[in-house]
Amino acid sequence: MKKSVLFGALAGATLAAGAAAAGTLEDVQARGKLNCGVTTGLVGFAAPDANGEWNGFDVAVCRAVAAAVLGDATAVEFVPTTGKTRFTALASGEIDMLARNTTWTFSRDVDLKFTFVGVNYYDGQGFMVPKELGVSSAKELDGATVCIQTGTTTELNLADFFRANNISYEPVPIETNAEAQQQYLAGACDVYTTDASGLAATRATFEAPGDHVLLPEIISKEPLGPLVRHGDDEWGDIVRWTLNALITAEELGVTSANIAELSAGTNNPEINRLLGTEGTLGEMLGLDAEWAKRAIMAGGNYGEIFAGNIGESTPIGLARGLNAQWTDGGLLYSPPFR
Amino acid sequence: MTTITDPPQGSFKLSMLLNDTRYRSYTFQFIALVLLIGAIAYLISNLFANLAAAGLNISYAFLGEPAGYDINQRLIEYDSQSTHWRATLVGVLNTLLVAFLACVTATILGVIAGVLRLSNNWLISKLMSFYVEAFRNVPVLIWILMINAVFLVVLPQPRAFRGDNPEATMLFDMFAFTGRGVYFPAPIFSNSLTGSAGTDWLLVIIGLVLSFFGVRQVAKWAQAKQEATGVRPNTLWINLAIWFGPLLVLFTIMGLSFDYPELKGFNFQGGGWARGSLIALWFALSVYTGAFIAENVRAGIQAISKGQTEAAASLGLRPGRIMNLVILPQALRVIIPPLISQYLNITKNSSLAIAVGYMDITATLGGITLNQTGRAIEAVLLLMLFYLIISLTISAVMNVYNNSVKLKER
Amino acid sequence: MADTSNSIAFVRTETLPQLDPPASEVGVIGWMKHNLFNGVWGTLLTLLSLWAIYYVLSGFLPWLLGGVWGTNSLAECREVLGGAAGGCFSVLSERWNQLLFGFTYPEEYYWRPTVAFVLLFVAIAPVMFSMLPRVMLVFTAIYPFLAFHLIWGGTILSPLLAMAGFIVGYLAYSRLVNQSFAMGFFGGIVAAVLTWYIGGFIVDAIAPENPTLGAVPSRDMGGFMLNMILGVVCVSLSIPLGIALALGRQSDMPIIKWICVVFIEFIRGVPLITLLFVANVVLAYFLPPGTNFDLILRVIIMITMFASAYIAEVIRGGLAALPRGQYEAADSLGLDYAQSMRLIILPQALKISIPGIVNVAVGLFKDTTLVSIISMFDLVGMIRGPILASTEWNGVYWELFGFAAFLFFIVCYGISQYSQWLERQLATDHR
Repeated sequence: MKKSVLFGALAGATLAAGAAAAGTLEDVQARGKLNCGVTTGLVGFAAPDANGEWNGFDVAVCRAVAAAVLGDATAVEFVPTTGKTRFTALASGEIDMLARNTTWTFSRDVDLKFTFVGVNYYDGQGFMVPKELGVSSAKELDGATVCIQTGTTTELNLADFFRANNISYEPVPIETNAEAQQQYLAGACDVYTTDASGLAATRATFEAPGDHVLLPEIISKEPLGPLVRHGDDEWGDIVRWTLNALITAEELGVTSANIAELSAGTNNPEINRLLGTEGTLGEMLGLDAEWAKRAIMAGGNYGEIFAGNIGESTPIGLARGLNAQWTDGGLLYSPPFR
Repeated sequence: MTTITDPPQGSFKLSMLLNDTRYRSYTFQFIALVLLIGAIAYLISNLFANLAAAGLNISYAFLGEPAGYDINQRLIEYDSQSTHWRATLVGVLNTLLVAFLACVTATILGVIAGVLRLSNNWLISKLMSFYVEAFRNVPVLIWILMINAVFLVVLPQPRAFRGDNPEATMLFDMFAFTGRGVYFPAPIFSNSLTGSAGTDWLLVIIGLVLSFFGVRQVAKWAQAKQEATGVRPNTLWINLAIWFGPLLVLFTIMGLSFDYPELKGFNFQGGGWARGSLIALWFALSVYTGAFIAENVRAGIQAISKGQTEAAASLGLRPGRIMNLVILPQALRVIIPPLISQYLNITKNSSLAIAVGYMDITATLGGITLNQTGRAIEAVLLLMLFYLIISLTISAVMNVYNNSVKLKER
Repeated sequence: MADTSNSIAFVRTETLPQLDPPASEVGVIGWMKHNLFNGVWGTLLTLLSLWAIYYVLSGFLPWLLGGVWGTNSLAECREVLGGAAGGCFSVLSERWNQLLFGFTYPEEYYWRPTVAFVLLFVAIAPVMFSMLPRVMLVFTAIYPFLAFHLIWGGTILSPLLAMAGFIVGYLAYSRLVNQSFAMGFFGGIVAAVLTWYIGGFIVDAIAPENPTLGAVPSRDMGGFMLNMILGVVCVSLSIPLGIALALGRQSDMPIIKWICVVFIEFIRGVPLITLLFVANVVLAYFLPPGTNFDLILRVIIMITMFASAYIAEVIRGGLAALPRGQYEAADSLGLDYAQSMRLIILPQALKISIPGIVNVAVGLFKDTTLVSIISMFDLVGMIRGPILASTEWNGVYWELFGFAAFLFFIVCYGISQYSQWLERQLATDHR
C-alpha cells in the first residue's frame, strides 16, 4: 500500500505518496499512526507536559480513536494547529481528524465541508475579569479592552454581543491562548473572553486564580467536538462511534477498572454489544470486535476522561453541568449501540 | 581576408535546432516555455481536482459579505457589519501607516547612528557599534516580541492611574504612558468650516503646502538679492510668518482647542491614542531597520574620498558643516539605493504585526477573514497581490527619486 | 653708534632639546581629551552616554548576577528571590532541552544533532577558509548525508542511496560533458533520478526493521535545532538555484529572462510570512490529490525559493561588476556559453558576491524564526507556545527572549565577522 519514494532524502524528509482521500482508515492503518490535530497548548484540553507528552480532554479522544483503530493508544502523532491552520490541515489531509475544541457551526459543516461527528463538550463563550475591577455583569463592560483569540467564533460572538447591547469595546486580537493569558495578566486588557471551559483552564494556570472571576453571562452556544473531512463516511463513522462508545460506557457504568471483568460477558446485551462479546458491530465499522473495549481502556469512559483532565478534582475544576449524562440532567445522549 | 560566417543558405536540418547557436536559443526557450506552461497546468489541474474532491470552489464573493468582527485601529469608517473588503482596506491602511512611520524614524535613527559611529568620540562610536551589531544580529521577530513585552510589563496600566494616591500619574496632566499605548491631547475644531474633521485637516495640510511654496519663493528672492548685491537678507522672520501666520488664522477661525485624555471607566477617554501594538511595532521596526540604515550611511560616508573632507576643511568649514554641506550630499547617492531596499524590508517586516496584535493586512485579510471564511487560497493570493503592489510602488517612487539625485554623467 | 644686534635681548644659537608634549596631550589624559572630551558637544555626549550606560547596567547587572538557577517554577523562583532583583534563569536550566531540541525529540538521541552540529564546522571550514587542505572538501560532500542520517535516523541505506544517485549522476555528467554541456547536465540528472527511483524499491525491500539509529519524524524537530536545520538547508539549496536564476536573468533569451525576472521580483515583493502561509495553508491544494508533504519540507521549499531570489540578485550584482572584457575574452577564446560561465565568469563573480551571499544567509537564518507564526515550534515558537503557556513558567519574558536573542546573536555575529574578514581578504585593490 505505502510506497515510499526516496526523493526528498536530500531535503531531509520523505514524500509519502498515499492512496487518494477515499480511505482514511486504510491510510491510518498503513501508516500505523493516527495524525490528530490539537491546539498548540491549552491546559486540560491538549497540552504537552515537560516530557513532551500530550495530555488533555481532546487528546483523550485522539487516543481513544487510535486505540480503536490501531490497538495502540500511543500511536498518535499530535499535530499542533492554530486557529488559522486547523481547517486547511484537515482539508489537505495532513491530519486525519481534528480534536481542537472546535465549535460546530453551520458554515464550517456546510461551506467548509467538514463532518462534525458529535459533541464532546458543550460550551459557551464567557468573560473573565480581575476581581478588583468590581464588575459583576458583562453589560458593565462599556469601554473595556477585551482580549480575544483570533480565528475562532468568539470574535464574531463578541462583536454581536456588544452590538446587540449597544456598548463599545476595544478588541485586542491575539494569536495563541498563551499570549492572551500574558496580555491579560499584564493588564493590557481588562477582560479575556473565550469558551468558558478555556477560561477555567486558563485561570487554573494562574498564580492566584482566586483574583479572577468568570462573569455569569454565557453569550453563545459552543458545541465543541471532533471533526473529519466530508466525503469519507466510513472514517467519520469510526470517530463518531468511538466518541459515542466513550459516552455510552459511562452511561452503562463501564469503566476502565471493571472493563476486563465486564468483557467476560454480562447479562446486559448492550454492554455485550459494546464490548464485542455479542453481535458484529466492530465488523460493520471495518474494525475488529474489541475496538470499543480498547477505546475505553485507553483513558477510561467519558466520565473518567472528564474527571481526570478537567473535572472538579483537577486544577481546572469544571463541573459537569451541561456535559452530564442525559440521565443526570445533562445533554450527553449517545445513540444506542445496536 | 574576410571570414565568411554565413552558412550556406537553404540547408536547414533538424539537428541545427540543437547544434547551431542561432537556433539553439529558440529551442531552449521553447523547451522552457513548454515546461513552464506544463508545470502551471499541472499545478492548476491539481488545484481543481483537489477543490472538486473537497467540494470547494474559488470565489471572491466573500469579500462582499459582512465581516462580523471588529477592528480596534481603523483609519476609515468600519464596524462589524462592514464587508470583508472594507476590513481588508482597513488593514492595508494600517500596514501603510506603520510602514510610513517606521520608514521616517528608521531613517532618522539610522543617519544619526551612522554619522555618530564615525564620530571622534570613542565612547559614542563604540556605543553606536554596539547598537548596530546588537540589532542587526537578532531576528526582528524577537525584537518585536521583546519591545512589546516592555510595553506590557514595564509601563503602568490604566488601572494604576486610578485612586486617590495612584501609582502612576499623567505627564503635565496631558500625556499618559500606559501599557495599552500613549494617550495625548488631540486638537479639535469647535467651529468646523467644512463640516467634518477630515476635510478640516485637509484644509490645514493645504495651508502648510502653500506655506512651503511661499518659503521656497522667499528663498529664491533672497538668493537673487544675494547674487545682485552680495548681501543675503535675513529671511528668518518672514519665513516664520509664512509658516505660522496662515496656520494661526486658520486655527483661530476654526476654533482650535485640545481634547485631553481622562481616565473614565476602564480606559482613558478622549484625546488621541497611539495603541501599544502600533508603538511596539513602529519602535521595533525603526530600531531594527535603523541599525541596517546606519551601516549603509557609514558605508556611504566612507565611500566619499578623504580629499573631499580635507578640501572642505581647507576652505575653512567647520566639521558639522563639512558633514552637512559636502559629505552627506555626496554620500546620499551611495546611500539611496540600499535605503530603498530597507524601506521595502520595513514594509515586508510589518507583516509580523500579528505577533503583537496590530491589525495590519496580514492580520485582517490573511488572519481573521481567512479564518472566518475558510477561503485560504483566495485570501493568501490577494494578500500577496497587495504586498506586491505596495512593494512595486515604493520601489518605483524611490527609483524616480534616485534617478533625480543621481550624478548626471555627460 | 649702537650695534643693532645689541637691541635684541637674546638670540638663541643652539636648538632646544625637544620637549615632551604637554601632559594633557599624551597618555590616558590626552587620549581622553581627544576621544572623550573633545569640545563642549563631545563632553556632553560622553557624559550623556556614560549616564545611559550606568542606567542600563545598574538595572541589568543585578538582574543578571542575582539570577536564580535550579528552581522548578516561577513561583518557587520568586520565593527564593524574595523581592530582590534577579532573573529566574531556572527556566533555562529546566527547559534547556526543549529550547534547543524541541519538546518531542527523544532525549536519548540528543547526542545525534549535537554531533551533526559539531561536524558542521568541520564540513564548512574548507569552504570558508581557502587555506585549508582541499581534501577536506570530500567530507563536505559527504556531510549532508551524514547529517541527515544523524538527525533523522532510520535506515542508513536512504542517505547512501541519495549519495549514490549523486555519484552516478556525476559520472554520467563527466562522461557526457565532452559532447556538450547540456548533454552532460541533463544526462547526469536523468542518471541520478533513475538511480533513486530504482534504488528506492531496493531500499524499501531490504531496509532492516530496526535501524541502528532510531528514526525521528520531522515533526519532532524543534527548538534552536529547527532554526539551524532550516537555515543551513535552505541556504545551501538556494545558492545553486540563485546562480541559475541570476544567469537566467542575464540571459539573451527573452522568454527565459522574463521567467526569471518575474519569479525574482515576485518573491522579493512579498513578505516571507505570506510564503509561509502558502506553505502552510495553500500548497497542499496544488499537489496531486492524496499526496502529503511534511510541513517542514513544504517550509524548506518556500524558504529556499525566497532565499534564492535574494541570492540571485546578489550574484547578478557580481556578474554585472565583472568588466565587460572578461566576457569578451572568454568569447574570443572560443569557449561556448557553458564553458565561459563555468571556467571564467562564475568563479570571479561568485568571489565578488560572497559577502553579499553571507549577508543574505544571516538574514535568512534570522527569518527562520517566522515559522513560529505558522505553529512550528522553533526556538521562538517553543517560548511563545509550550513554555509560556505552562503553569510553571507563565510570565517569564526576559530570561527566555534574552536567551533566544543571545543564541541568535552569537551565530549571526560570528557569521558577519567572518564576512568582514573575508571582505578584507578579497580586497586586493590598492587602498
